[in-house]
Amino acid sequence: MRKNKKVEIMMDHDSREATRRDMLLAGLAGLGAALIKVEPAAATPESMRRAIRQVVGEASVRKGKVTIDVPPLVENGNTVALAIEVESPMTQQDHVKAIHVFNEKNPQPNIISARLGPRAGRGRITTRFRLADTQTIVAIAELSDGSFWSASADVIVTLAACLEDLS
Amino acid sequence: MTRALINVPPKAKRGQTIEIKTLISHIMETGYRHDNMGKPIPRDIITQLTCSYNGEEIFRADLYPAIAANPFVTFYTVATESGTIAFEWTGDNGFHETASAKITVE
Repeated sequence: MRKNKKVEIMMDHDSREATRRDMLLAGLAGLGAALIKVEPAAATPESMRRAIRQVVGEASVRKGKVTIDVPPLVENGNTVALAIEVESPMTQQDHVKAIHVFNEKNPQPNIISARLGPRAGRGRITTRFRLADTQTIVAIAELSDGSFWSASADVIVTLAACLEDLS
Repeated sequence: MTRALINVPPKAKRGQTIEIKTLISHIMETGYRHDNMGKPIPRDIITQLTCSYNGEEIFRADLYPAIAANPFVTFYTVATESGTIAFEWTGDNGFHETASAKITVE
């Protein structure tokens, strides 16, 4: 810092401004790099897509049939109530085989993968999960005919999970 | 000491869809946190919950670190016959817990 001050004094007004701006930009860039370095494991939309591909393979995923029930605004990301309902008659011929839930920004893209069958009677599961950030979650249902259906929901989080201090 | 709570209706009509609620006390340590010394805390989670009705598997869920502490999972099943609904949780560090409930179907 002392060295910078010396440089500034020697320069005229205009170039001093430029130097300051450069320093600020350099500082911001450094900060950005540091932030990225701290969270190498964060799931990005890209890793979520990969996780979804792993489940559905080459099959196409259509929108519909699935309902996500999650609060739109969450105060505490450590426990968020979640319900997934899939429209299905739940018969031997036509039933929900599996329900998968994914997120964009937690360290890992998966939340839960549940397998059910015709004996479930109703294509619905509920659980409580963690959210590290404001993000979109995606639910995918696999039906007995091999088709995949999906829905997504946006959740705003004010207090994120995973960041709390331990005491 | 691990404690599991399960909620299965004791009686049901044949063919009725019943709701099953499960709750188990577990820290669900994600593996992404650090202690006061900056040392990473190793992952310790429940990875799977399975449920069987008179020996036949009716539900199975893979859990990930994104599941909140004390995993709570609910699902449904059709009451087909009287008997036992059994639950099994398995997880990291050899975690294993079972619970069961009786149901009378009329």
